[in-house]
Amino acid sequence: MSHPSHQPHSGDHPKAASAFIADQERAQWHDKALWFIREKRDRAAASLPEWETLREHAAAIKAHTIANLPQYLEQFEANAQRMGVKVHWASNAVEHNKIVLGILQQHNVKKVVKSKSMLTEECHLNPYLEQNGIEVIDTDLGERIVQMREEPPSHIVLPAIHLKKQDVGDTFHKHLGTNAGADDPQYLTEAARGHLREKFMAGHAGITGVNFAVAESGGIVVCTNEGNADLGVALPPVHIACMGIEKLIPRAADLGVFVRLLARSATGQPITTYTSHFHGPRPGCELHIVLVDNGRSEVRESDDFRLSLNCIRCGACMNTCPVYRRSGGHSYGSTVPGPIGSILAPALDPEKHKSLPFACSLCGSCTDVCPVKIDLHHQLLTFRRELALKNLIPLTKRISMKLLSFVLMRPWMFSLGGKLMRMIVPKLPRMFIYNGMNAWGKQRELPPMPPQSFRELYSIRKHVAAHNRPNTLKGNTQ
Amino acid sequence: MNARDQILAKLRKRTLPIPALPSHDGPWITYADKVTQFSTVLSTVGGHAVRVDSQSEALSHLAQLPVMSKARRVVSLLSGVDQANVDLKTVSDPHTLEDVDVTIVKGQFGVAENGAVWITDDTSAHRASLFICQHLVILLPIADLIDNMHQAYERIGAFGPGFGVFVSGPSKTADIEQSLVIGAHGARSATLYLLQNDR
Repeated sequence: MSHPSHQPHSGDHPKAASAFIADQERAQWHDKALWFIREKRDRAAASLPEWETLREHAAAIKAHTIANLPQYLEQFEANAQRMGVKVHWASNAVEHNKIVLGILQQHNVKKVVKSKSMLTEECHLNPYLEQNGIEVIDTDLGERIVQMREEPPSHIVLPAIHLKKQDVGDTFHKHLGTNAGADDPQYLTEAARGHLREKFMAGHAGITGVNFAVAESGGIVVCTNEGNADLGVALPPVHIACMGIEKLIPRAADLGVFVRLLARSATGQPITTYTSHFHGPRPGCELHIVLVDNGRSEVRESDDFRLSLNCIRCGACMNTCPVYRRSGGHSYGSTVPGPIGSILAPALDPEKHKSLPFACSLCGSCTDVCPVKIDLHHQLLTFRRELALKNLIPLTKRISMKLLSFVLMRPWMFSLGGKLMRMIVPKLPRMFIYNGMNAWGKQRELPPMPPQSFRELYSIRKHVAAHNRPNTLKGNTQ
Repeated sequence: MNARDQILAKLRKRTLPIPALPSHDGPWITYADKVTQFSTVLSTVGGHAVRVDSQSEALSHLAQLPVMSKARRVVSLLSGVDQANVDLKTVSDPHTLEDVDVTIVKGQFGVAENGAVWITDDTSAHRASLFICQHLVILLPIADLIDNMHQAYERIGAFGPGFGVFVSGPSKTADIEQSLVIGAHGARSATLYLLQNDR
């Protein structure tokens, strides 16, 4: 199966988002579905009095690890090798894909079962393996659904969150022969269970991602709810685990902090159903771990964006983001969407993903929910400056910003401009305000022009206050 | 230069100040009644806790359950289960466990904050039996309930070669329109017997 759409679109967020919101009812449903998860996250966080301490600990552990990364990578490698793990290193996506293919070819593997791994999505491993004659089956239910539809995941934790059960029913009817029109989630999941059991039994190798890798023990931890990662690697003789180099943590005991934060932040669960700790291969089998850089070492060099390497891929920033909820994951055109994706993607390819740092209202909700305290909205703002320096801001935005800064530097001009607008705008025909040139007039009515500006109101107040002193104390405290 | 040396050299090019690691001392949450907390959380994640006196009481209760009375192939990692008919010691290929109905194991300890039970390879010749079975049954002495995950990793201590997993309830998914469905790929049910006495 090929994945034409796995190559993300060339990337203009507003354009892609307008296609998503064209179906208003669906866009609102999407918004609510994600907010529901955000609320579950809030309840889970509130159930622990030490939540903020956990976030601080997690951020401190990550900062320490990223600073010390070369040492911890070497320590991890040595400890993993001691237990019989084969450790591979890849500078970029191409190298990663070649390594994985090499291992599979060495074992003459034709069928692979894969659990969710955002890294392999980032490297576009599936199409590469398929081009080389290997069947890759995504075994996470959501990922399997989007794989059948030849779509990329629209969320890193909930890959099919953009789909309604009727869509899944149609997809399964086409690919699995379920009853036409059947859309009961229980029935559809049961059909997928049967289908994927066959795939698990037939898999010659299992590929997984890695949630955490422990330097002091050489072990990796993989978290799933479905049990697909475990089933995928418990049967065949070869397990390949692919991880970004930032997944490392120093001590086994640090897992206590991260495991407590991950599922609560992601879905509001107290822990994932399965939290599996792999130390070395199964007896008589092979465990390969591929350590991938793919731009991470460059991000580490940047004082502005280093904190983004803290990310544990929980997706909380997406669930809370007003832009993500209302524009859908596909509109970002990058493997990781939402606030964190809007930093990671342009860090790798600023030209292609230049619209993403602007897909943000700077409300800061992402920063508030991030379990590893990434200063997401600050980074998004900083990225806009980076893009301006790189001359990657669209012309209309550049001109309007120049004009605005010219006016804002001259208070008299600002005040005069405001006065003129308050006089003229209410008298203008609609088409002068609501047209293609005014993005703020799309899908919304602008508020009515006030008769007076804030400065005018303020000076009137001051004047009244000066002449009416005994009463103003009360008035001012309102 | 190979990729390994290239990556390490690139990382070493930029030295960063190294902030201290935090200690793992709490205070972390504890529960006055760990049994109730554990059972409540387990039920919210789709599992089922049953409080019994002893292992023999657990096994006779289990024998009455439909999942057990209908079971044809049963793996038991503990002795005294009459219905157990798959000896993992004789299984060389885990694929042959495909039609196992019930797997019965002993948990090392349970965590009250999240309903998870720590199970290791030592007690399971084939970890596949934990994931491939239709129904999972875990026996756990109440004395082995702890409060939180920090205590859990303290108790595990240094990891050696092998496999260990926290299992919290049955396999599940909410990937179709956020509707919770129990029984995605792994066990369709998870029954936990909490034993008053460790026998």
